[in-house]
Amino acid sequence: MAAVRPILFPPGPLPWLQPAVLAGGAVPALAIGLGLLRGTLGANPIAEALNELGLMALVFLIASLACTPAKALFGVTWPIRIRKTLGLWAFFYAVLHFLTYAVLDQLVDLKAIVADITARPFILVGFSAFLLLVPLAITSTSGMLKRLGAKRWKLLHRLAYVAAVLGIVHFVLRVKKDVREPALYGALLGALLLVRLGAYVRGRRPAPSPR
Amino acid sequence: MSRLPREPPATEVTPEALYLRRRDFLTNSALFAGTTAALGGGLLRLLGGPRGGKPAPGATKVSLEPGPGTGTGPAQSASPGPPSRYTLDEPSTPYEAITTYNNYYELGLQKSDPSENAGAIRPRPWTIAVEGEVKKEQRLDLDTLLGWFKPEERVYRMRCVETWSMVIPWLGFPLGELLRRLEPTSRAKYVAFHTLLDPEQLPGQKAAVLPWPYTEGLRLDEAMSPLTLLATGLYGKDLPGQNGAPLRLVVPWKYGFKGIKAIVKIRLTEERPPCTWNRAAPAEYGFYANVNPRVDHPRWSQAMERRIGDLKRRPTLPFNGYAEQVAGLYAGMDLKEHF
Repeated sequence: MAAVRPILFPPGPLPWLQPAVLAGGAVPALAIGLGLLRGTLGANPIAEALNELGLMALVFLIASLACTPAKALFGVTWPIRIRKTLGLWAFFYAVLHFLTYAVLDQLVDLKAIVADITARPFILVGFSAFLLLVPLAITSTSGMLKRLGAKRWKLLHRLAYVAAVLGIVHFVLRVKKDVREPALYGALLGALLLVRLGAYVRGRRPAPSPR
Repeated sequence: MSRLPREPPATEVTPEALYLRRRDFLTNSALFAGTTAALGGGLLRLLGGPRGGKPAPGATKVSLEPGPGTGTGPAQSASPGPPSRYTLDEPSTPYEAITTYNNYYELGLQKSDPSENAGAIRPRPWTIAVEGEVKKEQRLDLDTLLGWFKPEERVYRMRCVETWSMVIPWLGFPLGELLRRLEPTSRAKYVAFHTLLDPEQLPGQKAAVLPWPYTEGLRLDEAMSPLTLLATGLYGKDLPGQNGAPLRLVVPWKYGFKGIKAIVKIRLTEERPPCTWNRAAPAEYGFYANVNPRVDHPRWSQAMERRIGDLKRRPTLPFNGYAEQVAGLYAGMDLKEHF
């Protein structure tokens, strides 16, 4: 009996945080899935599910990109510990978003999908953002980080910013007129980029290359 | 603890390490549950919370009606006239969908917003201003105006520029009949319409998403087409606020945004009147806005549409299936240019 180990929580500080992000991140997917099954997503459930999944992908992507700036701004390091989980949730919702489009919306009509992606900037931009997330998800493990080396891994994972910018453009192109919502997320992303840029510039100035 | 009548035997005392771990476990569990709930709840809020089938207090109550022309609702004021030749073989979209899936930015941007925010609309008393190139400019009480015509049921397809569509059993009268009565002058070439401007009744007008009030217009010959309807109801009942009560335009061969809602002004003009979406994005929304599967929206295709309730998309028909009746109005015009 004395050998009881905590089953749920890993050792270390804030052991509940990462499991909570893992569980909380699943809530929208469950809600959307339940809404589709119960028919409570309104009169056009496919369009609604598509919108909600896309929004979740963008929100998680921006959240994952906020972790490093949060350290620069507030000196907190706990967000770094959930960065990977947030990023993987972003990928998860991007996959569901794309599958909803390809399977439910287009009924796997490959010709129509290819035509859509090539002819319409709106779809092309969203699809590109999705493709950019694939290598990031694949290389999200610590094994891959070691194999790539921290420097190359970091460089590769800057693609997350490109994907987020494309996600915002995709969002702007989708709305008919009211760009307030995409503009809000765009401003947030811009602010995060600025913080990083500021931290980068400050990091360089006092220590010029000794070479 | 020392006041216990009898100390438990040593074998039953939890080891301290385990006791502490248990307390940790409980604390961590509570923090885990709290954080999960906060994160999940926050994300659901971003999605707009539960939606659909949730009429807000004060909003028009929605219910499923069995079929067209069976209006027995308490709010009914207009009785359907004789059987109309304007019917379709296609099944009508359920009342609930027609009244909860609306584009009406004056009542909010989400499709579910108008049905939730329509409670403040007061459809009576209602006055329509008749202005411009008519025999007599006047302000007409809506009920006076409605007394001139017998409402008839017209089952029309409705195609939104966003590539979804419905089949709606409207109740109304032809705009042409009203115009004939108002006697346009020989200079009248167009008809312009204005929506009510009142942020109290139409709270979406507090945000400058579009220049308010919403305006629309038709060429006079389009307005005189027997298909062009001024609607006062649907499914045999009074028009709900979210569908444009008390009076809206229905032009079934044009994209839905031409169907201006809550009309307070009808103006006959010599010049083409400014139209809200056309002015907001002229490259995307033309003055004519005729449904045309061969002219794509710059950002998406118009070749297909999803009928609300269907899973599979269907091909969009030229002039939304009304080509026989209206194509002649555009004879000789390049519809790619005049989209």
